[in-house]
Amino acid sequence: MRRLGLITAVLFGGLLAYATPDFPDWGDPRSPASTHVSPYYIQNSLADTAVPNIVTAVLADYRGYDTMFETTVIFAAGLACLFLLRNFGPRAVESRLYRHRPTGITLRIEQGGDLPENSAEFERIDSQWVPYDLIIRCAGRLVLPFIQLFALYVVAHGHHSPGGGFQGGVIFGAALIFYALSHDLRSTLGHLPEARSLIVAAVGVLIYVGTGVLCLLLGGAFLDYAALAGLLGVDPVMARSHGILMVEIGVALAVTTVMVSLYYYLATAGRLDEGL
Amino acid sequence: MWDDFVRLAVAKANYWIYIVLMCIGLWGMIVKGNLVKKIIGMNILQTAIILFYVSIASKAGATLPIITHHGPGTDSIQAVGHINPLPHVLMLTAIVVAVATLGVALALAMRIHRDYGTLEEDELLAMMREK
Repeated sequence: MRRLGLITAVLFGGLLAYATPDFPDWGDPRSPASTHVSPYYIQNSLADTAVPNIVTAVLADYRGYDTMFETTVIFAAGLACLFLLRNFGPRAVESRLYRHRPTGITLRIEQGGDLPENSAEFERIDSQWVPYDLIIRCAGRLVLPFIQLFALYVVAHGHHSPGGGFQGGVIFGAALIFYALSHDLRSTLGHLPEARSLIVAAVGVLIYVGTGVLCLLLGGAFLDYAALAGLLGVDPVMARSHGILMVEIGVALAVTTVMVSLYYYLATAGRLDEGL
Repeated sequence: MWDDFVRLAVAKANYWIYIVLMCIGLWGMIVKGNLVKKIIGMNILQTAIILFYVSIASKAGATLPIITHHGPGTDSIQAVGHINPLPHVLMLTAIVVAVATLGVALALAMRIHRDYGTLEEDELLAMMREK
């Protein structure tokens, strides 16, 4: 089996290498990939959509269907993780660790014991005991707002610079995962509970599809944002630019929350009690 | 002869790199017995394809596909002056979908480990034959 696999991989590589001399050189402006559709995009995207970043214009307008279903694929991946891993069963060991904040003493509460009430003095910590790390917490708290602001900037400025819904969404999701790593999973779950996370993901997909349906209702084709011109009070070209922004916001919501949900399920094996 | 070979090696360097990466990924997916290693092989294969697409987008002497729309030069947008945006668009979504598929693959692996207690392919096959 091992030898057969090696032979297959080498034969496959040999076949690709055999075909490679017929491929255009690296950086050849006359290569077939660069001469068929893309010159139209480069020359007309600014006039068609008023978006200087051609990648964004192609992503959300010319190839809007493709991106819509990519977003649906990401949403489906989040749902698949939910159905594969989510474990609602009772925990086997019910002993919890609490830290008394003023003194730093750690309490272990066995099953049946009185749990301290949810006060500022007691803080639940993970059963795999880790020392309280002031530096990581403070550094994380300092850096986090800037990462999130940058993520929003990447989403909003995707028309004029590299960026857009996918990139900004991934940065925002990474910021939330970073929060879960530098603090603990419970504090992230307090800000973005599991159910809300998945609902926001669905809302993101809904914004994308809803924009398309809105165009349909206003007399245009599905995802033809020029139909939104009357609603937004701008000319059709500018309406495409705004339509792209709406769609990108939907993508960003879906990507952010699916990234966070994937982390929730994978880091806790579906139990959502104690993270990494 | 030697000059031809060097020209071929240098002018198509991007293809050689993606072929090597793709073979590593394929080999990992076929040969490795551990499911996590198979998933890593799948990821290397995806990376190879992303590299292939992004490299065919490049044009010698061209700039990035964002049009300067302030000041002079707005009227004359030349296709040779900007790299091909289409592969970038395709790979932009492909990268995020690769992360999503990676998440699902890891979830499946965790589920298998929960049910069978192992991720080794031969042990899994033996257990499934017994059932």
